[in-house]
Amino acid sequence: MPSDADQMIEQRTSDTDRVWTALENVKDPEIPLISVVELGVIPEVRIEDGRVTVRMCPTFAGCPALDVMREDIRKAILAEGFGAVQVDVVFDPPWSTDRITPEGRRKLKEFGLAPPAKCNGSVTGDMLDQVVCPYCDSDRTTLESIFGPTLCRAIHYCNSCRQSFEQFKPV
Amino acid sequence: MSQQTIEQLKPQVKTAIVDLLYRLADDHLILGHRNSEWTGLGPILEADIAFSSMAQDKMGHALAFYRLLQQLGEPDPDTNAFLRSGDQYRCCSLVCLERGDWAQSVVRHFLFDEATRIRFEALEQSRYEPLAQVARKLRGELKYHTMHGQMNLDKLGDATEESHQRMQDALDRLFPHAMGVFEPTEWDETLAAEGIQPREAELCKTWRSQVADMCAESGLTMPDDVGPIYGGRAGKHPEDLKKLLDDMQKVYRLDPDSEW
Ligand SMILES: [Zn+2]
Repeated sequence: MPSDADQMIEQRTSDTDRVWTALENVKDPEIPLISVVELGVIPEVRIEDGRVTVRMCPTFAGCPALDVMREDIRKAILAEGFGAVQVDVVFDPPWSTDRITPEGRRKLKEFGLAPPAKCNGSVTGDMLDQVVCPYCDSDRTTLESIFGPTLCRAIHYCNSCRQSFEQFKPV
Repeated sequence: MSQQTIEQLKPQVKTAIVDLLYRLADDHLILGHRNSEWTGLGPILEADIAFSSMAQDKMGHALAFYRLLQQLGEPDPDTNAFLRSGDQYRCCSLVCLERGDWAQSVVRHFLFDEATRIRFEALEQSRYEPLAQVARKLRGELKYHTMHGQMNLDKLGDATEESHQRMQDALDRLFPHAMGVFEPTEWDETLAAEGIQPREAELCKTWRSQVADMCAESGLTMPDDVGPIYGGRAGKHPEDLKKLLDDMQKVYRLDPDSEW
């Protein structure tokens, strides 16, 4: 028979799993294919006495989708039956596109966005000049604008399939 | 020396940090508002999108600094942005000046963002950890602003005779205001001694030498025999700020309790 302590640990683990599963169903409002977990914005989840605390790192500080994401996270966890949920916006660790998971990067491409190059915290011009077209995989592309329709996107042109495309900017 | 958390701050150091944070927050809020004045009016679509995006970024950066202020017991971000009078703002005159022509906006954005880059690089090492974290977070976003500033300086610095002249005129006109970004305050020594931020004069020196090189590469001459225009850090601002605040605060002041 498992001891009380074992049971408590088991209970805690399954609670944590439930929270992470709930988070996997919370999508980025601007890119509905990708979840907040795949986006790498959730560094930590803590549960104490049925109270859930989620740490969330903002992508771009001025991103208007942040408040929506925060509220969606709260609702998704409440729907799992937890009594109280707190979502803390934190700057540590600093979010970087390097935190996007491999699955997240695949989905960005599926969405039609070129995934960001790995940048280790410092972007160079090359990472914006040499971008592979998400539609036809050609590398004959030209940077059109480092600013795009949302804060996280740059605009490029593919000289092979002759279409404009957007890139999720490395930061 | 170890890092400092909010609880460990001596009162005098806390006052110095609050003053620094107001300077940072207000600079970003006001420049964000000025950048947004190009929305729908940029000379080409790409320029329009760039200034609108940078406006949104600057507002986000201002918010991050206002939140740090709130953690230190200051009013919430909305109250700070919308219910203070001009003399309570601590922004420099560079960000207050009217939008002007395209050259004025491009040169201002270049000068301010290079100054911000140098300051943030120093703040990443700040012993006030919450501020260091914000600086580390915003570095990547700011990189796009400095790239855009340098690209435009290069492009317009020697594109045509007229573009060169307009850029040089803007540089001559704005440079004294840009030096005012580094106006020393009574907290300069405290901040430096506590490892919060280097002295303003030290940051200014680094900025001047790097900006001089960038200007030269773009075919422009950085004025080097002019003095700074100070006052903003003590709440003395050009008339331009009053008009901006009237415009920015009008809607909020009608009903501060309404939900957006
Ligand atoms: Zn293509």
